[in-house]
This record gives sequence, structure tokens and C-alpha cells, in this order.
Amino acid sequence: MAQAPSKSLFTADLVMPAIKASFLKLSPRELGRNPVMFVTAAVAALMTVLLVVGHDDLRVAFKAQLAAWLWLTVLFGTFAEALAEGRGKAQAASLRATKAELVARRMKGDRVEQVPASHLRTGDVVLVSTNDLIPADGEVIAGVASVNEAAITGESAPVIREAGGDRSAVTAGTRVISDEIRVRVTADPGQGFLDRMIALVEGAERRKTPNEVALTILLVGLTIVFLIAVGTIPGFAAYAGGSIPVAILAALLITLIPTTIAALLSAIGIAGMDRLVRFNVLAKSGRAVEAAGDVDVLLLDKTGTITVGDRQASEFRAVGGASDAELAEAALLASLADETPEGRSVVVLAREKFDLQRPMPPGAEIIPFTAQTRVSGIRSGDTLIQKGAVDSILRANPGSGETAAATELRRITDEIARAGGTPLAVAKDGRLLGAIFLKDVVKAGIRERFGELRTMGIRTVMITGDNPLTAAAIAAEAGVDDFLAQATPEDKLELIRKEQAGGKLVAMCGDGTNDAPALAQADVGVAMNTGTQAAREAGNMVDLDSDPTKLIEVVGLGKQLLMTRGALTTFSVANDVAKYFAIIPAMFVTLYPGLGVLNVMGLATPESAILSAIIFNALIIPLLVPLALKGVAYKPMPAGPLLARNLAIYGLGGLVAPFFGIKIIDLVVGGLGLA
Amino acid sequence: MTLQGWILILGFVAILLVLAKPIGAWLFTLYEGRRTPLHIVLGPVERGLYKLAGVEPVQEQGWRRYALHMLLFNVALMTFTYAVLRLQGVLPGNPQGLAGLSPHLAFNTAVSFATNTNWQSYGGEGTMSNLSQMLGLTIHNFLSAATGIALAFALFRGFARREASTVGNFWADVTRITLYLLLPLCVALTLFYIASGVPQTLAGVVDVTTLEGARQSILLGPVASQEAIKMLGTNGGGFFNANSAHPFENPTALTNLVQMLSIFVVGVGLTWCFGKAVGNTRQGWAILSAMAILFLAGVTVTYAQEAAGNPILHQLDIAGGNMEGKEVRFGIAASALFSVVTTAASCGAVNAMHDSFTPLGGMIPLFNIQLGEVVIGGVGAGIYGFLLFAILAVFVAGLMVGRTPEYVGKKIEAREVKLAVLAIAVLPLMILGLTALSSVLEQGLAGPLNKGPHGFSEILYAFTSAVGNNGSAFAGLTANTPYYNGLLGVAMWIGRFFVIVPMLAIAGSLAAKIYTPESAGSFPTTGGLWVGLLVGIILILGGLTFMPGLALGPIADHLAMIRGQLF
Repeated sequence: MAQAPSKSLFTADLVMPAIKASFLKLSPRELGRNPVMFVTAAVAALMTVLLVVGHDDLRVAFKAQLAAWLWLTVLFGTFAEALAEGRGKAQAASLRATKAELVARRMKGDRVEQVPASHLRTGDVVLVSTNDLIPADGEVIAGVASVNEAAITGESAPVIREAGGDRSAVTAGTRVISDEIRVRVTADPGQGFLDRMIALVEGAERRKTPNEVALTILLVGLTIVFLIAVGTIPGFAAYAGGSIPVAILAALLITLIPTTIAALLSAIGIAGMDRLVRFNVLAKSGRAVEAAGDVDVLLLDKTGTITVGDRQASEFRAVGGASDAELAEAALLASLADETPEGRSVVVLAREKFDLQRPMPPGAEIIPFTAQTRVSGIRSGDTLIQKGAVDSILRANPGSGETAAATELRRITDEIARAGGTPLAVAKDGRLLGAIFLKDVVKAGIRERFGELRTMGIRTVMITGDNPLTAAAIAAEAGVDDFLAQATPEDKLELIRKEQAGGKLVAMCGDGTNDAPALAQADVGVAMNTGTQAAREAGNMVDLDSDPTKLIEVVGLGKQLLMTRGALTTFSVANDVAKYFAIIPAMFVTLYPGLGVLNVMGLATPESAILSAIIFNALIIPLLVPLALKGVAYKPMPAGPLLARNLAIYGLGGLVAPFFGIKIIDLVVGGLGLA
Repeated sequence: MTLQGWILILGFVAILLVLAKPIGAWLFTLYEGRRTPLHIVLGPVERGLYKLAGVEPVQEQGWRRYALHMLLFNVALMTFTYAVLRLQGVLPGNPQGLAGLSPHLAFNTAVSFATNTNWQSYGGEGTMSNLSQMLGLTIHNFLSAATGIALAFALFRGFARREASTVGNFWADVTRITLYLLLPLCVALTLFYIASGVPQTLAGVVDVTTLEGARQSILLGPVASQEAIKMLGTNGGGFFNANSAHPFENPTALTNLVQMLSIFVVGVGLTWCFGKAVGNTRQGWAILSAMAILFLAGVTVTYAQEAAGNPILHQLDIAGGNMEGKEVRFGIAASALFSVVTTAASCGAVNAMHDSFTPLGGMIPLFNIQLGEVVIGGVGAGIYGFLLFAILAVFVAGLMVGRTPEYVGKKIEAREVKLAVLAIAVLPLMILGLTALSSVLEQGLAGPLNKGPHGFSEILYAFTSAVGNNGSAFAGLTANTPYYNGLLGVAMWIGRFFVIVPMLAIAGSLAAKIYTPESAGSFPTTGGLWVGLLVGIILILGGLTFMPGLALGPIADHLAMIRGQLF
């Protein structure tokens, strides 16, 4: 997967504020959002109190170390979250610089008044001229302008924004480079696109996603179970005729409850959103990112996603006794003035294939393409050459439809359509010469991408306005699973509803206003930033680069987020086994000396064993921060092998790693004489 | 360990695997409410019962209603049994002229049988009249078993249905299960036991002159019929105090095998039925495989420990395995196997004294129950308990395939996780909490017969057995006291219904969900990986929760034994 450039994780400008913030996050209110860390902090506080008032046989130095490591456990957790937020904030700072203070020229009737952008309200109309920053999100209601949107997209090439149509939305903070437009404001201050983006990347507006809520419940459940398991030990010990110091029980509890995943959970979520932002995709909620991981069906627009935007002429097919060269010459003349990419490709093909070097005949009259005739061409002297869709050419030349050439042309037309091409008919003085084969060029490597998606269990559906024959051919060539031909916005909506009724989650991208209902209906709707305001409102993600291919990457990022969460949960739970083997013998060996055999790691002393387990439990959090922030390695593959791989790394790894980790720490603790 | 022993164990497993599909298919017919060949005879009975009770069998119930009717039914039955036991002295069918039970014993026993636990704080033949056994207890043997299976059906429907608001009709489920499954099988088993020499008579005592010329009173009763449902319904409450070690309850090697098979047969069938219900029998086989692995692991440990025997005796030149507390007719392999079967399922019948097992040999039965009796498990209770673990396993590991967790086409979300955690946390809370309480209270400490970790195991086992609705006794604990009767009664009630209600809520919540079709990207819940994951999650969660208790009980006991110390 193409990864957006990521900054080094631990740079001073990120770490220093994060350290500061990790202390601020110790307030009970902040900690209360994370029950497991709240318990950890409460136990740390208890341990601190026990230092002073506790009456047990433990050394004060030992208890002080336990208390310190417990506090560190909490701090590592808040640090992870602060660091993740800090990375988002760094991103947001550059955005906010743009926003600093915009001045608007608000239209009041015919008058124009200068007001701060913060005074603008939805419905106001503002005038924006060359070199002005657009003061608020809105819709162009008059004029055309080229706008530099580098502030939000990072792309310096200006884009055209004009009234009406699908390119009417403008974003606050972007700069008009030429011309003047009138913009109707569509967002109140603080509610604009940029504001929401800043809030999101900063994590300020972060709410727990449904899966995070469920996972938190599980973690709380595990914490309660371990509270019971640890809380009943004093009773058991009493039966055996001994007692276990509270400090030891507290240490056991903290090593057992899932502190690792609880500490990293929100960092994982924030980092997941951040990865999307770095990828220039803005998700409006964490929920949307989770949904992306669950997507079963991808609706992809043919043009721009599956095929390169423009069709290319690839062949001349003459009919009715005309030679291919004759057809090529006529096509070349008809296309000389055609500046569309298709037109240019006809010229190129004719020149390459037949070495034709015809300049524009002097005095020739260009017949432009109009919506009425749907035919373009050239008239030079007595000669009229026409080019257009087959039906249009036949209509423009009454009587030509009954000729043998027309029958042949229709046959060729069908062949071209079946091969995934678009036919353009050419006629000279009312005589049909043949058809130009305009070929859709499927993007390189796209077939393999669809293959990958298929192995991941994701179905791809190509959406196209082409007729079914052409669509089928392109679909086969590109390797999509299905296609929707001659698709209207209603068809798209219908298709999404049908898939959803079958329990599937659907992702699509779109830009036009008529895409809005489908974007809203889809589980993941990625709106193109160049699209209309309506489309941007309807989707739950916005792609700032307006690159529809990115839908595939968005799915990958969603999956990576969920996998990271699952991997660290599994790792966290699996860790507990080794911790038991460290603490149980240490705790009970005085009651039943035989239990010393459970000390499989051969830890030096009971004190050292308990301390080592607590240190491991604390240190594993910062060690896993990079993984939490970067996400686990992600490669598209079916669920079976993926699970096998992750279970081996995080399940078995989580089972085995702490045995070594705790042993090493025990050696260090012993070497330093800490216990 | 002997070849013969392993042939028994593996042969036992093989027979069950063969039985899984036919029994499962029969259960599936009942699950669907379809006609069976038995309807020709029993159909009118079924309809008559509905008419009598005013039940409309086709009227579906939501989970709340289903749960409410189930609870009311159980409370009513329990009250009835309490009354029968208290009034035993004045009721007929009491040839021995036994007195009524004390309030705390009647309470304990009524709860015990209503919850499918069949913990017996009393000695069977010396306390219960024929009427009490047949009416007060046997109805529970049938109906608590039928309730368990009905609840499993309700949960299956939760998984299988799409956007539905109901999970079945409790009365129809219970009636059908009783009439078309338990009754016919029990008739067949009863006849088999009678043929094998198990008594079936209403005569109380037979006085005989023995070979030595002494006169002896031999107690008889309707044993065969109770034996059939005792096993089939994973009840475990014996007619005689010695339970299945008594030659009248379990006379031959063949009856011993049939008893073990009938403990597991419904549970095994339910795994297949689950697979069928959710439209993929491989789902059922995966669950059965995970159960079989856990089971065989348990049998191996217990059998190995019992066969290895006691090193202290070996030093005294007494060679061989541990035969203490075992019926010589069955020997080590059949006793070890029976003990693991009866605790893996929530049966609780015994053919040997678990208390006399080696410490680790006895730990496996204990741990089996602590895992929630999900290894095959009690009829119905085993599979729904197992599915709760499956939900958690899917939730923990499911994310690792990059999708939000789903199981057999249903998304597992906050509500299901909450309820599953609630249901699963009941076990450690009650088992560990009450054990800790009894470890410090004078009334609790008065119970155990032995000292040291072994005595602790006896208390731990009692509460484990009660909360887990197993009913087997480690023995060695004097439990017929107001303290233990009362506390164990409460433990049994909570251990059953505080799991069932959240479980039914999950069924309701799942039924309402849409179905997510499986794809190459779905978390695989068939195949070896999933089986391994289930085994791992169950062992880790169970192990982590109960490790401190086990360390201070059987493990300390075992390590002391190695060092030459006994308790």
C-alpha cells in the first residue's frame, strides 16, 4: 500500500509536549474515560499510601519501587495518547495557520462590506477576487475562478471552481488565483470543513467508536474477573495459615488486568485517523474508518479508477469498399480541430499508422460538436467529413442507414463494443467510411489490485455509463467481479440498497450532487474534494486529492486499524500467563515451599520476581507505542492466513515474549541490587 | 496406563463422534418443530398437554418472555419439590417410613435438582422416599434437562435468525424435547438397565439370608428409570448414595460405558445441531473438535496421574496406580474416564471418589467445572456456555483479520460482549468469592474433613460443583449444615440463572441483527486455527481466573505429595 510519508515518531518537538500532556491527563476526569487505567492509577495511589501507613514485612525501598513503576505504567499510557494527539496537532497547526484571520467582503444588497470571517453566517454571499483567501466554506453562485487548494490538499496546481455543475464547492482558506466569484456561505463559523478537520486531527472531537466501546467493555470485564481472582486470595491464604501483603496483591492485580491494550487503545484510534489524514483522506468519524475495514463491496467508477481517464483511438475499421487509409485520412481531417483527448488520439493514430501528415486545409470550415447534432467535422471546399456516434451519423445522413455499408458498420460497431471499445463513425459526403475504434485503456496493475481485493473477500463492482456490451468487455479486461452499465444515480442507490439488504457493507466514491444520495447510503462514502458541497456533506470521508483509486487504500487503512487493535489485545491477554508464573510462586512460596517449582523462569527472589513482572508490564507500553501509532504490518490476503500470521506473532509471541522479558529484567534488577 | 485403558478412552470418543450426526439431526428436527415418526404415538399427547396448559405452541416469544416463562416454570417446580420433600413423612410411597427433610436440606435439594445440579447433601436411599425420588426429583431430572436444551435452542435461533424479534416458544420447546427426545431414549435405556440387572420395583426392602446365614436388608427401588435420566439429562443425582459406584446403579462394564455415553450424547448432538441451525455443519464440528481436544487432554492427565499412583505408597513397596476410592470392578481407566466425563458435562454422577484421586488427577475434574463445563457440558448448558466463550474468542482475536468481529454471520458488538462478560464473570465471582468466605468463616472451616491444601480443595470443589451446576462431590466435605446447604443452594441458583438470563438476552440481540454473509475476508470459524484459538482462549481465561486457587489447592497438594507429605 502506498504510505504517506510519516514523520519520525520520537522527535523532540513531539515528545516534549507529549510528556507534559501525559501529566495533565492524570486528572481523574481524563482517566475516568479509560476504566482500566483508572484502576491502575487508583492502585498506584493506594500503593503510595501504603508506603507511609502500611504495616507489613516488605522493605520500604521495594514498595517505593513498586509504587513508582505503577505510576509509570499510568504515565506511559497517557503519554501514548498524548503522543498520538501531538502528531495530529502538528498536522492541525499548519492548517490553523491558514485560518488565522480571514477577512470577508460580504454583499449587502449591492453594497460590499468588510467583515471578519468569523462574522459570516450560512446564507451570506461574499465576493472573492484574485489573490483573496476564500473566507468560508461555500458554493460558487456566480463566476468562474481558478483556485489554489494547496492549503488543504498540498497540491499546488490550481483547480477550476465555477457556478453550477459539480465543481461549485469552495473551501475556506483556499486562494483564488484568477477571476472573481460570488460565494454563498454554507457553514457557520467553527463548523466549516477546515474547522472540523482541525478538530478531528487534534483528537478533540474524538468519540469512542462502537468497536472501541465494545472492547472497553471486554477490558472492564477482564478487570473485574481479575479483581475477583486477586481479591479472593487473602481468604485462600488465610486457610493456608498465612497472609499476603496488600502491596503484593496490588502488584499482581496490575500485571493481570489488560493495562497494555487499555493504555494504547485510544492512541491506536487516533493514529488510525491520523494515517488517513496523512493519506489526504479526511474521515468525518472514527466509525467510518472502522466501517472501511468491514467493507464487502467496492463500487468503483470506471473512468479514472479502472481506466485511464481518456479513451484512445486504436484502430480504423473501414466499410463499404473504403480502404482503411481512406478512413484514416478522413478521420484525421475531422479531428484536426478536435482538442479533446479522444480527438488528439485519432490524429496520432492516423499519423503513426498511415504516416499521414495532412495539415489543416486552408479555408476549411470547422463544424463544432453540438448537443443537438452530436456530430462534429470539417467542410473543405465541396467535401464534408463528419464524425460522431454511429446513430448520430446515420441520423445526420438520411438514407445512409439502408445501405449495405450501414449494415456492415453496425456489425463492426457491435464488435467494437464487445471488445470494450467505443465506436465513432466517420462519413464523407454522406457516404459511410467506417468506424474508429476508441479503446478504453485499463490502468496498469489494476487487475492485480482487484485480484488482491478478491483474496481479501472484497467484491468489486464497476460503475459506468457505457452500454452493457462495452462494460462487460472492460469488466473482463480489468478483472472486476461485476459491473453496472448505463448507470444512473438511481441505479447506484438501488445497487447499494440491494447489497446492504444482503448484509454487505458497501463503499463508493463520488463527486456530483446526484451522487449524494448514494454517498449517504453507502457505508463508506468517499466524496471527492473537487465535488459539490452536497456530495461532500453526504459522504463520510472526503478525499482531498480527489483520486477515486484511493478507495482501495482507505479499505486497507481501516483493516490495519482494526488489526492493530486486535493484535495488541491478544498480545496483552497472552502476556498474563508469564506474569502468573512470575508472581504466583513468589507470592505463595512462603505458604507452600513446594510451589517454588512453578518459578520456571528461575527468578532470583520473590521480590525480584514481582518487581520484574511489574517493570515488564510498564515497559511493554512504550515499547509498543511505535506499533500502536504506525499500525501492524498490513498485506492484502485472505482472512485464514492473515489470522494464522497474526496469531503466531501476537498470540504465541505474547505468550512467549514476557517469559524472556521478565527473566532479563530480573537479571538487571538483581545486577543493580534493586531487589 | 494400559492399552486396554486407551482402547476404552479412544473407543468411547469414536462412538460419540459417530453418534453426533444422528442425534444432532434428531435434535434439529425438534429445533425446527418438525414432525418426527414418534408423532403418530406422541403427537396427541403433545397437543393434549398444550390444550391442558392453554399454550399456543406456534406463538413465538421474544427473549424476555421466553426467559420469564422459563424462570416462572422453574420457580414453580422448585417450590413444588420443596413441599414434597418437607411433607415426605406424611405422603404415600414411603415404604421405609422416612421423615420429612429439614428446611435447609429441602431448599438445597429443591434448588439442586431444579438447576440440573443434583448436588446431594444427603445420602440418597437413607433420606428420600420412593415418592420423593420419583415425583420430587425425577420431574426435575427431565424438565431441568429439557430446559437446558430449550435454552440452547433459543440461542441457536438467535444466531440463525435474521432480523427476528423472537427466539421460539419455551413451552413448545420443553414439551417437544421431553416427549420426543428424553422420554423415548429413557424408555430404551431403562429397559437396557433392567436387562443388565438394575432393580426397577416399588418394593422397598428385601430381607435376605446371606450365605453366612446372616440376615440382611437390601434396599431396592425404581432405580433403572432414574438411572436413565440421571445420565441422559446430565443430572447425576443417584438413587443410592454411592451413585454409579453402587452395583445396583451400575452393575457391569457395559452399563458403565453406556452411562458415560449417555452423559455426553445429547451435548455432542447439540454441537451438530448448532452447525445445522446456522447453515454450516462444519461450525458444529469445529466446536466439537475443540471440546474433544480439551476432553482428551483432561482424560490424559487424570488417567496418567491415577495410573502413576502415589509415590509415597511406592516407597512403601506398594506398587501400582492409585486405587484408593475406586470401585475395583471398574479400575483406573474407567474411573478416570468417568470422572472427566461427568465433570466435563455438568452431570456429577460418580463411579469413584474424586476426593481420593491423586491431587492432579482430581484437579482436572475441578478445572473442568471451573471452565464452565463447556467441554461437551451439561445438556444445553454446555453448548450455550461454550458459545459465550466463542463470542469472546471471536471478539479478542477477530479484529486481527481486519474486520469488526463476527461469528456465524452475526456481528459481535458492545451489547453481546457486555452480556457474555456478565455471564462468564458469574462463575469466578461465586466460586472464588464463596470459597474465600468459607475459608475464613468458622462455619465454613467446620466443613472439610482433611487439613492443608487438600481440605481447601474440598471447599473449592464444593462451590465449584454448585456454581457450575455439576453436582459431583469431591466428598470429604460435611455439607449437610445450614451454612453449606444455604450457601450452596444460593450458589447453584445464581450459577444457573445468572448465566441463562444474559445468555438469552444475547440470543434476542443476535436474532434482531442482519446476517453478514461469509467471504474470504471473514474471520474463519471452522478449521484447525479456530479450534486451536478456542482451546487457547478457554484455557487462558479459565486458567488465569482459577490459577491462584488451584495453586493453593491441588497443585500445592501434589507438590507436597512428591515431597512425601500427605493431608
